[in-house]
Amino acid sequence: MSVDTATVAKIASLARIKLTEGEIAGMVPELNGILAWVEQLAEVDVTGVEPMTAVIPNTLRLRADVVGADPLTGGGIREAVLANAPAAEHGFFGVPKVIE
Amino acid sequence: MTDLTDLTLAAIRDGVAGGDFTAREVAEGFNAAVAQAQAALNAFIVTTPEKALEAAAKVDADRAAGKPLGKLAGVPIGMKDLFATKGVQTTAASHILEGFTPPYESTVSQKLWDAGAGMLGKLNLDQFAMGSSNETSAFGNVISPWRRPGDTAALAPGGSSGGSSAAIAARLCPAATGTDTGGSIRQPAAFTGISGIKPTYGRCSRWGIVAFASSLDQAGPMARTVQDCAIMLEVMAGFDAKDATSLDLPVPAWEQGLNADLRGKKVGIPREYRLDGLSADVAKSWDDGIAWLKDAGAEVVDISLPHTKYALPAYYIIAPAEASSNLARYDGVRYGLRDLPQGAGLQEMYAATRAAGFGAEVKRRILMGTYVLSAGFYDAYYTQAQKVRTLISRDFAEAFAACDVILAPTAPSAAFALGEKSADPLEMYLNDVFSVPASLAGLPAMSVPSGLDSQGLPLGLQLIGKPFDEQGVLNAGLAIEQRAGFSAKPGKWW
Repeated sequence: MSVDTATVAKIASLARIKLTEGEIAGMVPELNGILAWVEQLAEVDVTGVEPMTAVIPNTLRLRADVVGADPLTGGGIREAVLANAPAAEHGFFGVPKVIE
Repeated sequence: MTDLTDLTLAAIRDGVAGGDFTAREVAEGFNAAVAQAQAALNAFIVTTPEKALEAAAKVDADRAAGKPLGKLAGVPIGMKDLFATKGVQTTAASHILEGFTPPYESTVSQKLWDAGAGMLGKLNLDQFAMGSSNETSAFGNVISPWRRPGDTAALAPGGSSGGSSAAIAARLCPAATGTDTGGSIRQPAAFTGISGIKPTYGRCSRWGIVAFASSLDQAGPMARTVQDCAIMLEVMAGFDAKDATSLDLPVPAWEQGLNADLRGKKVGIPREYRLDGLSADVAKSWDDGIAWLKDAGAEVVDISLPHTKYALPAYYIIAPAEASSNLARYDGVRYGLRDLPQGAGLQEMYAATRAAGFGAEVKRRILMGTYVLSAGFYDAYYTQAQKVRTLISRDFAEAFAACDVILAPTAPSAAFALGEKSADPLEMYLNDVFSVPASLAGLPAMSVPSGLDSQGLPLGLQLIGKPFDEQGVLNAGLAIEQRAGFSAKPGKWW
């Protein structure tokens, strides 16, 4: 499989990265080079093989059902959460107007 | 008085505890070395001499008061700028996070400070840890302190932990944190003549580490000796409820368990790693390693890891796929850069922000990852790669039925010059050929220096262990370290 400029433009849009036409044109051969190389995976016989989900067997845990059990990840830290926002206003993240 | 910056981590710890010198003297020595080298090597993105002094003052006061000292009391270290550090800019070497000042501390860095270590600064790296030469940083290349004799060409310190490796080799810090997704601790360690270990996946908490490919990312120590790595790993490892993949296991006393007597141990030599066209220098280093491990009492056995050639292509599907998902968080809303063109809506703001903030390699990998996860291609690429990953992991499990630890080269060559491989992404990816398989299988793996190649540059040997057997890896590493007698260090030109 290989990509063309229309496909790269579509992927870039899905990934929300604005690319110029020149950047798209440059990306096409680069991605095709990588894709042609990873193509060799298709020759591996994977009949009956499950895809890897966890390299080291582990079980999922539940945390204690307590509000703010860990002060670092609990609530009540609005100032800290907003501290790095490019545009924090009135205790919220500010974004351009969204009208649909 | 000896030059304190030439001491190992263990010697600093013991010297401070024994009163041979103060933690302040150590911190001052390294702060000066950092400041003096910064313009030439660019190993740090920000330096924090006041943090190093502050930690040292506490250690000196504690010692004077007779209080017990931590395992790293008085040891100043470098912190890869992928670890969130409270109140100190954390960038992942990307413009998109420039100015980001975390209001919290990563689990691993907090453990290091709690053990009495101090921070010399935040170390440069490949942008979002994506790279093998430290040429993708938005804050400029790191220059290796090593040079080919009679040549001033700037060499790569390896990547992605290139600031860490350069700083340790140049004696700007005795040890540093690294992270390893496909070789980012081991390859830079090999390129600069130092040691580094990536523990079993889940040993070190990923909480507070900027995510690249979460099923692969593991933190680990980099230092000049195996013992130093063991000491630092003991502090960095341990269960953390804030990381869903953290291993709930006790942390072994790795330093105390160090033992280079390998009698009764079997070392596997994977025949598939002997690539066509393997450089004579690397082949010789590998043969030296085999002889040293035999000398340490180990039995050497031939093993097969049949899916080795598929590890790299599988990695370059899985890692970009996870990266494309992880890096979706950089949206110009909650933290980091925002680029809001005149009249732009929310979607245009996202696209403009990410275009302005991410470097070329990061964009390439996000696009690659987005493509392999997109409708119609997911099974052919991503699911197939994860199945191949299962086979690679199975290869190791079967090999470990016949051996205790695996010996292989760390990288296919010594350090290359900056610019030499950066034009072709694929050629750069191939540098990870020996390090990626262990990452895909989540295994502990370490690089130790083996000697200098015919150009006078360091080479590393890699030891890969069974899950949870960091001790076996460290012990085999120690056996090599003792026999390699690697004492070369870069001549000071900076």
